[in-house]
Amino acid sequence: MNQSKASTWRLLFLISPSLFWLVVFFAIPLLLVLAMSFGQRGIYGGVEWKFTLDNFFRFLNPSDPLYLRIFYRTVYIAIITTVVSFLIGYPMAFWIAVQPPKRRNALILLLMVPFWTNFLVRTYAWILILREQGVINNLWTETIHQLALHIGATLPWLPLEGLVRVTATPLPLFGTDLAIIIGLVYGWLPDMVLPCYAAIERFDFSLVEAAEDLYANRVQAFIRVIFPLTLPGVVAGSILVFIPSLGAYVTPDLLGGAKSVMIGNVIYAQFMNARDYPFGAAISFVLMTLMLIGTLIYFRSTVAKQKGERRAI
Amino acid sequence: MNERFAVELRQVTKQFDEVTAVDGVSLGIRDGEFFSLLGPSGCGKTTTLRLIGGFEMPTGGDVLIEGKPQGFTPPYKRPVNTVFQNYALFPHMNVFENVAFGLQMQKVAREEIRKRVKEMLELVQLPGMEYRKPNQLSGGQQQRVALARALINHPKVLLLDEPLGALDLKLRKAMQLELKALQQRVGITFIYVTHDQEEALTMSDRIAVMHKGKVLQLGAPEEIYEKPTNRFVADFIGETNFLEGRVANINASWVEVLINESLPIRLPAARQVVQGQKVTLAIRPEKLSLAKTALQASDLRGEVQEIIYIGTDIRYLVRISPQTTIIVREQNRGGALGERFQHGEQIYVHWSTEHVNLLTE
Repeated sequence: MNQSKASTWRLLFLISPSLFWLVVFFAIPLLLVLAMSFGQRGIYGGVEWKFTLDNFFRFLNPSDPLYLRIFYRTVYIAIITTVVSFLIGYPMAFWIAVQPPKRRNALILLLMVPFWTNFLVRTYAWILILREQGVINNLWTETIHQLALHIGATLPWLPLEGLVRVTATPLPLFGTDLAIIIGLVYGWLPDMVLPCYAAIERFDFSLVEAAEDLYANRVQAFIRVIFPLTLPGVVAGSILVFIPSLGAYVTPDLLGGAKSVMIGNVIYAQFMNARDYPFGAAISFVLMTLMLIGTLIYFRSTVAKQKGERRAI
Repeated sequence: MNERFAVELRQVTKQFDEVTAVDGVSLGIRDGEFFSLLGPSGCGKTTTLRLIGGFEMPTGGDVLIEGKPQGFTPPYKRPVNTVFQNYALFPHMNVFENVAFGLQMQKVAREEIRKRVKEMLELVQLPGMEYRKPNQLSGGQQQRVALARALINHPKVLLLDEPLGALDLKLRKAMQLELKALQQRVGITFIYVTHDQEEALTMSDRIAVMHKGKVLQLGAPEEIYEKPTNRFVADFIGETNFLEGRVANINASWVEVLINESLPIRLPAARQVVQGQKVTLAIRPEKLSLAKTALQASDLRGEVQEIIYIGTDIRYLVRISPQTTIIVREQNRGGALGERFQHGEQIYVHWSTEHVNLLTE
């Protein structure tokens, strides 16, 4: 046995625990799902191992776009979630990053604290906030409604009729796309804030002074210098929010009600209710492939950029 | 006297919490002048520069640029540009975009920008580098880009914050001369911050020496070097022998200072001093010379304590009284075989009163 072969064996030995784990609990199940997606549903559930592409055609059928439509809605919700997370998360990250170092760590800790509680529990909490007799609607139909009535009675010249009318009925929050988006943004916000924070914290603010010295006002300095240089953090955060939002199951299941179904719920239903494993597997695989392609494009572009810079030196 | 200054500071003070970084500084910087703020780190020179640039706002007094009080005017509305200490080039932009930035912000036409960037890169000797990124440039090249990026805007005043600090010695020396030549060519007022006294002496028309937030002395390089008005300036710039003493005798034509209560030195009466006042005499080592015999009555007798060979010069430590040792610097004219004074040799230190500065603080 020569030297390099020996070292290869030693390396294999060292990585064998993780290799074992990945193969047994990740690669094999994944291949099983892939194999399943080409199978047929048995009459009493289970899988009949006959090769077919029907499951994929059924999902991606343009003439009967039931599932495609749910898929589009899912992508749409995931995009909105990502954008809203960015709009909230980036300013938040920025604010934290410009605090004195001691306070920064405390704020990051505060950001993480809610996430030590179980995700299900926190999602149930949102039901209590958003439902018809929930916190928000109580404020809306009781407090604000009563206030509007009283003030309207004592000061009749104030144009409050409209407010009285709209506050008479609760806001339709629970069971809507809005509720799902709120739940998803809440759930994945730290995943946006942390990479953005890391990028902004590393940012050299003397560059802002340089921009201001060169006649850029605050807004121009942000657009031309700060944002482009913290963009990698934004992209990383967006991927971290977009991908789990695309595959979300618990949030739409609990907050979304009957009309707001996401693709994660469809997959669940195929496996657990319809017992159509092959179809569920096919949808899973299409979803996974799309996520993989998106991630690859991102890594390709950043790696290529870095390589290009290095080569030019 | 109502001189018109390019930049004028009137009682400018900057307080950070407990620390007073700049303490009531008043100075006028003339049009087209190469002006240096010189001092050790923490003396307030960079803060002074940042106050002129608008990156810090004064807590007292005001900065005037071309006679206009600046108050709290933000940097992007001041007719000055800055070369930052670590250049602060935009890493995501290439050289062209970096240099063009100021003109783009001022909405200059595209063709005009292209033309001026090209001219500017030629001026700083970086033609053809337009599409390089800052991280592909050497330190000296980055420095030139930073210079071009500031100068392209034709500022009234260019502020430079230790721009050569990151370069190695040889390059720094070359850039000093180049900067000075460039300044004379473009005719823009330069305000230059440095802690390197040699750099300040080489390049400046005038120097303000700062210490603890105050300007201690302001003048031409020769003035600062030859006639320091206080001990800090004499010590910070170049090498100086300090002889502590007190005024023993005064008459109309001379002052006699008794060094260490034992060594009397007579100087022409110049400054206001009183009998018994504590004073310090400052004299540069290179103004002294050694001789085997006394050349004049005032020469000091001494013994060579130590000989330090430093190439261009030879430094002798000479004991002139039991408590007092002074440094004498002789040019190394003789080479390896030249005549030298020996360790322990009894010699005379020759000096002339015009080279002695009497410091009263």
